[in-house]
Amino acid sequence: METLILFAPLIGALIGGFGWRLIGEKGAMWVTTGLLFVACFFSWIVFLGHDGVTEKVQILRWIESGSLSTDWAIRLDRLTAIMLIVITTVSALVHLYSFGYMADDPQWKEGESYKPRFFAYLSFFTFAMLMLVTSDNLVQMFFGWEGVGVASYLLIGFYYRKPTANAAAIKAFVVNRVGDFGFALGIFALYYLTDSVKFDDIFAAVPALAETQVTFLWAEWNAANLIAVLLFIGAMGKSAQLFLHTWLPDAMEGPTPVSALIHAATMVTAGVFLVCRMSPLMEYAPEATAFITFLGATTAFVAATIGLVQNDIKRVIAYSTMSQLGYMFVAAGVGVYSVAMFHLFTHAFFKAMLFLGAGSVIHAMHHEQDMRNYGALRKKIPYTFWAMMIGTLAITGVGIPLSGWIGFAGFASKDAVIESAYAGTDGGYAFWMLVIAALFTSFYSWRLMFLTFYGKARGDKHTHEHAHESPMVMLVPLGVLSFGAIFAGAIWYGSFFGKTNEVAGFFGVPYAEASEHGEKDDHSDDHGEAKDDHAAKDDGKKKKTSYAFTGKPGEGAIYTHKDNHVLYDAHYVPTWVKLSPFIAMVIGFLLAMWFYIWDPKMPKRAMETNRPLYNFLLNKWYFDELYDAVFVKPASMIGRFFWKRGDGDVIDGTLNGVAMGIVPFFTRLAGRAQSGYIFTYAFAMVIGIVVLVTWMTFSGGAH
Amino acid sequence: MDNLLSIVTFIPALAALILALFLRGDDEAAARNAKWLAMIATSATFVVSLFILFQFDSSNTGFQMVEEASWVMGMQYKMGVDGISVLFVMLTTFMMPLVIAASWDVNTRVKEYMIAFLLLETLMLGVFMALDLVLFYVFFEAGLIPMFLIIGIWGGANRIYASYKFFLYTFLGSVLMLVAMVAMFVDAGTTDIPTLMTHSFGSENFSLLGIQVVGGLQTLMFLAFFASFAVKMPMWPVHTWLPDAHVQAPTAGSVVLAAILLKMGGYGFLRFSLPMFPVGAELMTPLILWMSAIAIVYTSLVALVQEDMKKLIAYSSVAHMGYVTMGIFAANQQGIDGAIFQMISHGFISGALFLCVGVIYDRMHTREIDAYGGLVTRMPAYALIFMFFTMANVGLPGTSGFVGEFLTLIGVFQVNTWVAAVATAGVILSAAYALWLYRRVVMGDLIKESLRTITDMSTRERAIFAPLVVMTLLLGVYPALVLDIIGPSVEALVSNYETALASAQDALQTAATN
Repeated sequence: METLILFAPLIGALIGGFGWRLIGEKGAMWVTTGLLFVACFFSWIVFLGHDGVTEKVQILRWIESGSLSTDWAIRLDRLTAIMLIVITTVSALVHLYSFGYMADDPQWKEGESYKPRFFAYLSFFTFAMLMLVTSDNLVQMFFGWEGVGVASYLLIGFYYRKPTANAAAIKAFVVNRVGDFGFALGIFALYYLTDSVKFDDIFAAVPALAETQVTFLWAEWNAANLIAVLLFIGAMGKSAQLFLHTWLPDAMEGPTPVSALIHAATMVTAGVFLVCRMSPLMEYAPEATAFITFLGATTAFVAATIGLVQNDIKRVIAYSTMSQLGYMFVAAGVGVYSVAMFHLFTHAFFKAMLFLGAGSVIHAMHHEQDMRNYGALRKKIPYTFWAMMIGTLAITGVGIPLSGWIGFAGFASKDAVIESAYAGTDGGYAFWMLVIAALFTSFYSWRLMFLTFYGKARGDKHTHEHAHESPMVMLVPLGVLSFGAIFAGAIWYGSFFGKTNEVAGFFGVPYAEASEHGEKDDHSDDHGEAKDDHAAKDDGKKKKTSYAFTGKPGEGAIYTHKDNHVLYDAHYVPTWVKLSPFIAMVIGFLLAMWFYIWDPKMPKRAMETNRPLYNFLLNKWYFDELYDAVFVKPASMIGRFFWKRGDGDVIDGTLNGVAMGIVPFFTRLAGRAQSGYIFTYAFAMVIGIVVLVTWMTFSGGAH
Repeated sequence: MDNLLSIVTFIPALAALILALFLRGDDEAAARNAKWLAMIATSATFVVSLFILFQFDSSNTGFQMVEEASWVMGMQYKMGVDGISVLFVMLTTFMMPLVIAASWDVNTRVKEYMIAFLLLETLMLGVFMALDLVLFYVFFEAGLIPMFLIIGIWGGANRIYASYKFFLYTFLGSVLMLVAMVAMFVDAGTTDIPTLMTHSFGSENFSLLGIQVVGGLQTLMFLAFFASFAVKMPMWPVHTWLPDAHVQAPTAGSVVLAAILLKMGGYGFLRFSLPMFPVGAELMTPLILWMSAIAIVYTSLVALVQEDMKKLIAYSSVAHMGYVTMGIFAANQQGIDGAIFQMISHGFISGALFLCVGVIYDRMHTREIDAYGGLVTRMPAYALIFMFFTMANVGLPGTSGFVGEFLTLIGVFQVNTWVAAVATAGVILSAAYALWLYRRVVMGDLIKESLRTITDMSTRERAIFAPLVVMTLLLGVYPALVLDIIGPSVEALVSNYETALASAQDALQTAATN
């Protein structure tokens, strides 16, 4: 069944991409979409039927060289199962949605066929993404990793007539390659130290890695930390974390369904998946995870600040995605992988929906993307409005405070992240960054809603008059996703962020009754038996049976070190911490109300009084300008220098100088033959052979 | 068949002889006959060469299908293949029919053109099969003459300069190699390659003209061979002949040059440098690794700013050969497996890329990147093929380009992390220049008046690319097809190398103390 899920999209892509002349455009669209729904159906069966036991299916041998051995293989555990439903569900819905969205695209001329190509790319992307998450070794994962990169490249550059789209496509691929540079070095280092690239072998070797020092470049490093950081560099590229994030906003040049599928729900979460997949390694790499936490929190903050002032509806959502990815990395960084996956899971639903909703708005407004030209669209496109409203409620985290799970999907998962961040960093930097980011999130999300759906109609009158609700094929996916955006958090709250035993059971991790978490002091190896002697230490909390993760690295889908109690502690953070995201959300909402409903002149005034800050944010902290000056321009300058000066003057110059001395000598020797050089050459060769043979003859021959 | 190797080697030469002796006239019919004869001969060579592959026993690490005969003046004619050479033979026979097919539109001096390519095939096959030093030398050097003529006669406007450069570089290398060969014969008393591989050349330090030579005779011999092979590869900084040669050569010439001729350098390192002069190789390893790493970054940066398509791909070739030399001198299983794999894979990919340039050159007669743009609207099939090979060239997993890069990098990482890191940075640059080229040629709107009527690939052109696409994918998904064949021989090579080094440990230690 796993094999079917994996290959159905590939078959769809091949039939759709190459066979559409035979089966027609519509045929290609139906085949790709149909196969995706088949894959989606079976994914849900696999997910719901999964019992936490890791399964493996070997498909074909791949790269084998000496002790290096990789296979094409499927590893199915809880992490994979979660990703399977996320990918296939969103992908199937995006395929369906594209029937409507791509129906008549003004980018194309009469009679040009672009739909089969689009659907084939989408299906190919889905295949590559599935390869990434089902891999049982790092090299196959790298295959999926680069495969989704190519699909992303092709789809960002889908409107190939637009120079901006082409530039964005290249940027996405090259910036991701910078991340891949780290990822690849991480794989090399793992192979060097553990003699394997398979997850099982690597996980088993992790405790030893933590004790190993390795020389890499200029210094000695702790092996576990080094490798974790290298792999995380890969994750930074794919998941658009700070410094390697510049490609994501530009990627919005692609058609909107692509943004929903690739640049919101699935591909960009691959980095989070990688960190969770490598949880055994991360657990033994404290410095690396501290770095991940720091960078994730910073990204969440920076992206949210930029999101505050963007005017393109898709860019706002793109920065929001980047910011939410930062949340996921914080959760993973503090060692609560289940919560990182939880936010990934709920985020996939509501963010895909926000993008598809934005697509519906753009579709209604004749491909106008500037929010300054929207306004008062609530009545014109009511279904889209309600879908966006649900998405906004979900992303801002609306729910009943202190209830834990009663609320929209984002409420359950985002609060879980923030509580974990508090517990994991003792209320440090990451926690505060995330709370502030939550405030900003609320502000820019509501700003988007108010600018688009409320107020007065702005911009081109004609466009507004012709604004129309999208067809059913586009509304149905919105409906299905809103279901997820409302309920996904509440339904799976226990599995991802419940008691340790629930989470452990869900992820197939061994656990045992662990008295309580004073066990930190208990160095006994059989955790199960350890009875609580330190009950008194748990002041104020009800005495009850609690559980702890046990087992070795690699048992179950995620690994949590026995000294890691963040999941447990996150449930017992102070009440004000639990309330903080809610308060931040309300403040953000009120600010947005003030700026865009009560006093619409306010944004302009605020902008004028804070002009430098506004420009700084509008220009995205000037990262693009900086990179252009530091990397792009110098690269071509150095290239030109090497070419003209290095190759031209130095190398050729030297050799030509030498040649001017030698060649005439030989040509004179060769006489006045017409075809100068060729003759010289043959002549020299003959002389060579004659010398050799003469020598041999005189010294008695070879025998 | 006892002389299968000779049959394969000399079928093309025989066809060339027939052409030379019996084909008369230069009308259209004669040209057609010449093309068809060349096509049949190269195809037959490929088919017969398949028997080599079937008969080949990959678990046997020695030379197989060996043929031996006395030749003139006490010299030996000896041919054979092992796991290291057999796939180069197959690569050559596989590529040649495609090269002939790609030359179908040639219309000047067709007969001579076909003769040159047929002779070239024989000589290239000879290089990979020769098991005698003199025989190897003859094939190795003589192979340059037809290539030389191909560039010089059917080349572009500036072909004289290119041929001159080509000559100069290779000549300097060859002279040194010849001297080393003489010295080898003096030292070992034989020109038999298998015997030479087991002979241990002196590695005691001595001083020459007042300079202390660490590693002694081996170092000198290594350097002499290195001069020749490094130019052939080509390695930085003796690579500048290649872009010029490529630019001036006709499409088919570029394909042969990139796909096969460059591999002679790598093959030479594996056949001579590592097994025969291990101490010299070991001493020079750091230098060569760094030269390779520099080559990758340097030439990638240069490729980034090229304005001529062929030059860009030529520089990209140099960068890819950097991975090969790096893998070879990592001297471990992954490195050498990767190097051989990379050479085979690069044969298909760079060959295909030069053919891609040829397709539009035939239509527009310019290689200037700026002359193109927006081809995708009129040439969708071409855009797809070009995209595929662009991705293969940047080492996308799933194509054969990835396996070679990955293995060489993982091999060199175990030896020197600095070199590995610098070389890995090359994959960023390769993506940049390759996609930048693709964007400027294929993407965008078609606005240039001259391109309005450009036509997509013909059936013949598609048929040429098809086998290359198949091989690139097949080896990318199931590289065991290559790795199973070369694995045992490489393992033997690595273990012999290590044994030889261990026994020369004393010499190395003395070297270290000095």
